[in-house]
Amino acid sequence: MANTLFDKIWDAHVVQKVEDGPTQLYIDRLYCHEVTSPQAFAGMRARGLKCFRPERIFCMPDHNTPTHDQDKPIEDPVSKTQVDTLAKNAADFGLTHFGMMNKKNGIIHVVGPERGLTLPGMTIVCGDSHTSTHGAMGAVAFGIGTSEVEMVMASQCILQARPKTMRITIDGKLGKGVTAKDVALYMMSKMTTSGATGYFVEYAGEAVRSLTMEGRLTLCNLSIEMGARGGMIAPDEVTFEYIKGREYAPKGEEWDKALAYWKTLKSDDDAVFDKEVRYDAADIQPMITYGTNPGMGMGITSNIPTTEGMSDVEKGSFEKSMHYMGFQAGESLLGKKVDYVFLGACTNGRIEDFRAFASLVKGRKKADNIIAWLVPGSWMVDEQIRQEGLDKILEEAGFEIRQPGCSACLAMNDDKIPAGKYAVSTSNRNFEGRQGPGSRTLLASPLTAAAAAVTGVITDPRTLM
Amino acid sequence: MKQKFNIITSTCIPLPLENVDTDQIIPARFLKATTREEKFFGDNLFRDWRYNPDGSLNKDFVLNDPTYSGQILVAGKNFGSGSSREHAAWAIAGYGFRVVVSSFFADIHKNNELNNFVLPVVVSEGFLKELFDSIYANPKMEVEVNLPEQTITNKATGKSEKFEINAYKKHCLMNGLDDIDFLVENKDKIEAFEASRK
Repeated sequence: MANTLFDKIWDAHVVQKVEDGPTQLYIDRLYCHEVTSPQAFAGMRARGLKCFRPERIFCMPDHNTPTHDQDKPIEDPVSKTQVDTLAKNAADFGLTHFGMMNKKNGIIHVVGPERGLTLPGMTIVCGDSHTSTHGAMGAVAFGIGTSEVEMVMASQCILQARPKTMRITIDGKLGKGVTAKDVALYMMSKMTTSGATGYFVEYAGEAVRSLTMEGRLTLCNLSIEMGARGGMIAPDEVTFEYIKGREYAPKGEEWDKALAYWKTLKSDDDAVFDKEVRYDAADIQPMITYGTNPGMGMGITSNIPTTEGMSDVEKGSFEKSMHYMGFQAGESLLGKKVDYVFLGACTNGRIEDFRAFASLVKGRKKADNIIAWLVPGSWMVDEQIRQEGLDKILEEAGFEIRQPGCSACLAMNDDKIPAGKYAVSTSNRNFEGRQGPGSRTLLASPLTAAAAAVTGVITDPRTLM
Repeated sequence: MKQKFNIITSTCIPLPLENVDTDQIIPARFLKATTREEKFFGDNLFRDWRYNPDGSLNKDFVLNDPTYSGQILVAGKNFGSGSSREHAAWAIAGYGFRVVVSSFFADIHKNNELNNFVLPVVVSEGFLKELFDSIYANPKMEVEVNLPEQTITNKATGKSEKFEINAYKKHCLMNGLDDIDFLVENKDKIEAFEASRK
């Protein structure tokens, strides 16, 4: 029988199907960060359980970590306790832990792929919705709650209903200044934040194939913002080339064996998906969001929609959103003043994102009204930035590079956007208060963020390229 | 908290907004706790909608309106989207809700509610609209959620709908059991699976 990529990986991990219930699925990797794990560890202690397969669990703090002076104790005592608690739990339960200032530390969804921990064909979970990122390597990866984290600690398994499958094909070539982030924001604007709920998405088509590994990670990262259980891309030479030689990747004979298996990981030609969606790359331009969910996005030269044709409940939600953002229905955002620019997060904190940002600010200067936070996704990304000399370009343009972590994406550390201020952000969510109480977020690509950073206003990056 | 679920009959609190994300249900700054104290999370449920920036009560928000009370939250479609934080389910449970009714739930949050013995009930758009109308017409009207029969009844109109839940999870909710109890009893199956992969 013809199978999709998702079917092949899922079926290879089924321990049993519970009668009239969910599937018991075996999990190859559990990633833990400090925010969604402490109550799971506490639950394990209360039940008197040990981790069933500790060698499959990797822990690192990322949400609370400050982006400066990481060699000193964290000033916020509550954040410090949470980060220290993860270190203690990892030690008590015998788990691998990459603590702050460890050169392997960074945002868990950046570190997993770059260390070769995330591999094609794996099942991967983490108490974090952006676990969908790892699907870019050809894995079945999805976010879970803390009770489910505890399930995996206790049994290396999870009980899950099998999702439906969807293939999104993007035909054609991406235009100038259009990145993986724009593709994702475009899809969300078409599908809404619930358009893919209940589905596991496979991305396909020429525009997806032509993305680098970093771009693919960005695309899959944002699957959850359409409501999808996860997103994935069949592994190919780009994937294999990326993995080869990475620290935890298989070596020698193991590599050959793994590669032979990975090459089978693609949807059969006649595989049937529960839903098929197609987009044309030519229709996608640099995107920006104007509202308070990631589906409220538009081409940067477009106007905010009007309430025409909306139901009462839709209209109420839309107007609440416009009021929060301080925008009017029907207006353009070009030329609007920006206060903050954030480059980073598991969405756009990789080397390619820093290259893109640097390419646009090179030879220009940061606008005086802009406060910019440039936060690498990991120490490895930081090292690459310096090896490639991007740090010099950025510094000459008036930017400084901070230390790795989730930072202003959700503002659990000190990197908070003040109330009422506008931030063009490369992160993944523009929810009310996401970047700090009262903060106003406009999601965009690193290129669009760079354009705002040097002009001080919302600017089409293509005009500077 | 583990508790048995059977039939709940209660007044409702209406929240007719779509795409209520888990960042609104519980903002990130309340996720720094290392324990699972439902009261703490319940006290901060919808924190930034319940309180003004100066810390005073936002009297316009429904949880601060004495007209409405009850164990059932009724919300617009795509409830619980965004972050996977289970703290959102702890906050809903901690506030005292046992049921959330909507026409559509985000996947991860729905699982989180079930794992915390809060029942997410999916109803049709038509049923939801009528339910909002009934609550606004009479805030004291009650809704019956019957898990054994898998029905929800708007007692103002007498209309009922069936809702879906898989037999396994229904059994867990009715008997106060969780998935970890099930999984740790299945270790031999897991070991056999691991051996078969080698």
